[in-house]
Amino acid sequence: MTTKTAATPAAQQAGPPQRRFTINLRQSGIYIAFALIVLLFTVLTDGALLTPQNISNIIVQNSYVLILAIGMILVIIGGHIDLSVGSVVALTGAICAVLTVQMGLPWPLAVLITLLAGAVIGAAQGYWVAFFGIPAFIVTLAGMLVFRALTLTVLGNQGIGPFPDQIRTLANGFTEGYLGNVGLGPLGGADLLSLLVGVAVVAGFAFNQWRNRKARLAYGQVVDPFPIFVAKIALAAAVVLAVVVQLARFRNLPWVLVLLAVLALGYSVMANKSVFGRHIYAIGGNLQAATLSGVKVKQVTFWVFVNMGLLSALAGVIFAGRLNQAGPTAGNAFELDAIAAAFIGGAAVQGGVGRVVGAITGGLIMGVINNGMSLIGAPSERVMLVKGLVLLAAVAYDVWTKRRGRA
Amino acid sequence: MSDEILVMRGITKRFAGVTALHDVTLSVRRGEIHAICGENGAGKSTLMKVLSGVHPHGSYEGDIVFEGEPCAFGGVRDSERRGIVIIHQELALCGQLSIAENLFLGNERAKRGFIDWNRTNHAAGALLARVGLRENPTTPVHDLGVGKQQLVEIAKALAKDVKLLILDEPTAALNDDDSAHLLDLLDGLRDEGITSVIISHKLNEVTRISDSITILRDGRTIETLPAKDVTEDRIISGMVGRDLEHRFPPRTPKIGDEVLRIEDWTVHSPSQPDRVVVDNANLVLRRGEIVGLAGLMGAGRTELAMSVFGRSYGVGISGRVVKDGREIDTRTVRKAIEHGLAYVSEDRKRYGLNLIQDVKLNVSAAGLEKLATRGWVNENEEHSVAERYRRSMNIKTPSVATPTASLSGGNQQKVVLAKWMFTDPDVLILDEPTRGIDVGAKYEIYSIINDLADQGRAVLVISSELPELLGLCDRVYTLSEGRITGELDRAEATQERLMHHMTQGQTS
Repeated sequence: MTTKTAATPAAQQAGPPQRRFTINLRQSGIYIAFALIVLLFTVLTDGALLTPQNISNIIVQNSYVLILAIGMILVIIGGHIDLSVGSVVALTGAICAVLTVQMGLPWPLAVLITLLAGAVIGAAQGYWVAFFGIPAFIVTLAGMLVFRALTLTVLGNQGIGPFPDQIRTLANGFTEGYLGNVGLGPLGGADLLSLLVGVAVVAGFAFNQWRNRKARLAYGQVVDPFPIFVAKIALAAAVVLAVVVQLARFRNLPWVLVLLAVLALGYSVMANKSVFGRHIYAIGGNLQAATLSGVKVKQVTFWVFVNMGLLSALAGVIFAGRLNQAGPTAGNAFELDAIAAAFIGGAAVQGGVGRVVGAITGGLIMGVINNGMSLIGAPSERVMLVKGLVLLAAVAYDVWTKRRGRA
Repeated sequence: MSDEILVMRGITKRFAGVTALHDVTLSVRRGEIHAICGENGAGKSTLMKVLSGVHPHGSYEGDIVFEGEPCAFGGVRDSERRGIVIIHQELALCGQLSIAENLFLGNERAKRGFIDWNRTNHAAGALLARVGLRENPTTPVHDLGVGKQQLVEIAKALAKDVKLLILDEPTAALNDDDSAHLLDLLDGLRDEGITSVIISHKLNEVTRISDSITILRDGRTIETLPAKDVTEDRIISGMVGRDLEHRFPPRTPKIGDEVLRIEDWTVHSPSQPDRVVVDNANLVLRRGEIVGLAGLMGAGRTELAMSVFGRSYGVGISGRVVKDGREIDTRTVRKAIEHGLAYVSEDRKRYGLNLIQDVKLNVSAAGLEKLATRGWVNENEEHSVAERYRRSMNIKTPSVATPTASLSGGNQQKVVLAKWMFTDPDVLILDEPTRGIDVGAKYEIYSIINDLADQGRAVLVISSELPELLGLCDRVYTLSEGRITGELDRAEATQERLMHHMTQGQTS
């Protein structure tokens, strides 16, 4: 017992109360950084970054990485990593191509089977990680090789395409202008349905925030002062509406944006408000404490990997649909983009911390950097250089704020 | 004075406001075996860490004079260069490496940067002969039992031309044969002129082997005795002192029926499956009763508690857990919680809290299902629950949304207690509930424990502080080497009696 005397008093020098402030800075820093990066490239590209068509491009081009990032952030919060997602994207794309192009199955059935295949792949890896106790790094590194090999086997080393129109539309297409266009004065014509959806989203968001606020007040909790509450909603509404207006002026809402919005909302709620989501945070935050609190650590870990496989399959279908072909090199290095998105978005390296919206923002930051730099004609090696440095800077910032919080 | 190899004078060591050592004096004669005795937390290991440079010069006050020269060690390497070698309780060997590699780690027998394996293995063989270990020097260390690993550690010290050998609880993890061999070896080293300082709880070993005994209590030197003619009882009375320095909130126990019975509970060590850690233990807890579990380091207290709570420790577990007259299944933590058990671990940072998350999430962690309908957590309800405990337990935090890492030890402990109170358990096992907590917060924790008992719950308190057990508990079990060696009611329990039972068993 005497050996512990050194550790015991250290327990009493826990950090000062200012930590609350740094936590907020850690969480909001990413959004400020995103705003600054958008601003920077808007200036550098003379506004070309925010033109209707370009916004649409950024969303469509990055959709699959964003979907992967949603699954990856949960894996990372749980204290693991998944290196296999790029190969799973390729394999599931290939499965979808075989089912639709070669076997002629109806596209909804083919997509369903593909998603199931993704879940099975996730379950296979989750088994080794959760129940067998092999580090996820190793299991998914093996998976990366195995699933790439299976892709090549399934495809016979060549691309399969073209995909049915519906799958291509999901990946690449836009909602139809069911309600026609309206004039927006100097901005020209815009799709009425897209605008209405945008307004409905903003209204729903505002209503939900207001309801939460009322409930919290009823429970006697502290809430933001009313003007700040209104200002926050107004800011969010302005951003959403601006994006929607730009998209409506181009070609309506991309289907993948609709899909992404649903996933982002669903997974955010799941992570924060479900028992399952809370258990992921508990496991990543302190495995032993979670175990001793009765969390079923193995089951939760297993399902996190099943979910990652499912989302990888979804990304696989969308990526293949976008290229209109399932190719042997599809999804190369996607795992790195997804992991980078999660860490740029504020995930902690040791697990237990991270937000779904943060990971999506992290993915968008990389997407904007990619897009903005190609608009100003930067060579691809420089884009890679900048992305690498951004990742390093983001994690360094995270470590730095944490250390400052403790010191 | 010339025969004193080591003099430590006026050593004071503080950790963030807590004084671990207060003006401690120790003088060791050349060629003797000097034992240091004291309760858990008395400052024995801290003193040895000061001596060996683990706590470097400048981080403590006072002087160290070794072989007549004042010393200012900046680290372990400095003290080793002077011939002071410390062997810690947790052995510092690389299991995958061979005995010979371990012996000369950091001290390699090399020629121009390349290891001379012939010389290494030859020298290793000679060292092993000195400690009486008959093993091939190329055997990997993890193939050896703990007793032999201990010998490798001593051989490693001899390889460094040790003059003063410090052993921290060398026999705590050893069986009787290995212990006896080790003590014989120390006797032999004394004849070779090597001075040893040995920290041990096993008083029979202390009286058998040592030449003088220094007793520490609460970070102070109490006395140094010549070991000749000293009895174990004499040492115990020095270790425990007389005063009950802590105050305890008053309580009138209302003890009800038996709620939990542990029968014939036996647990084996997961790292050495043939070693019995808890040996046929029987305990009974009643409603409204606070029961203490006393035992020295390594007696198996935490192992007993954690093995009952969802088999969180140990292998080869046998025995029965009976609650309200019916045997219950506590094979998983989940089941244990469902049967109304709660376990507050001794190391709240490692096993109790999710430090990066806020107070609210930690309070709800074990009882999250109670806040959820169909898998969805009612966050507002969660917030009010946390807020309720913050007020009722006086948890000092800016808000329940503050990360637990920024709370003081006492308030962190209250958060852990709140987490378990929210599961509404019938039986709480509190493992060292006041470790690392200042006196004021201790009083609050004691009050909470009293309240829990008054609500009709049974509380089992594991503590290294005997005054705490005497002040808090209605009944105290003593544990020694995995066996229940005594059961004393509040009226008959004294520190001396408890210590007697806690150290017995080694003699038999």
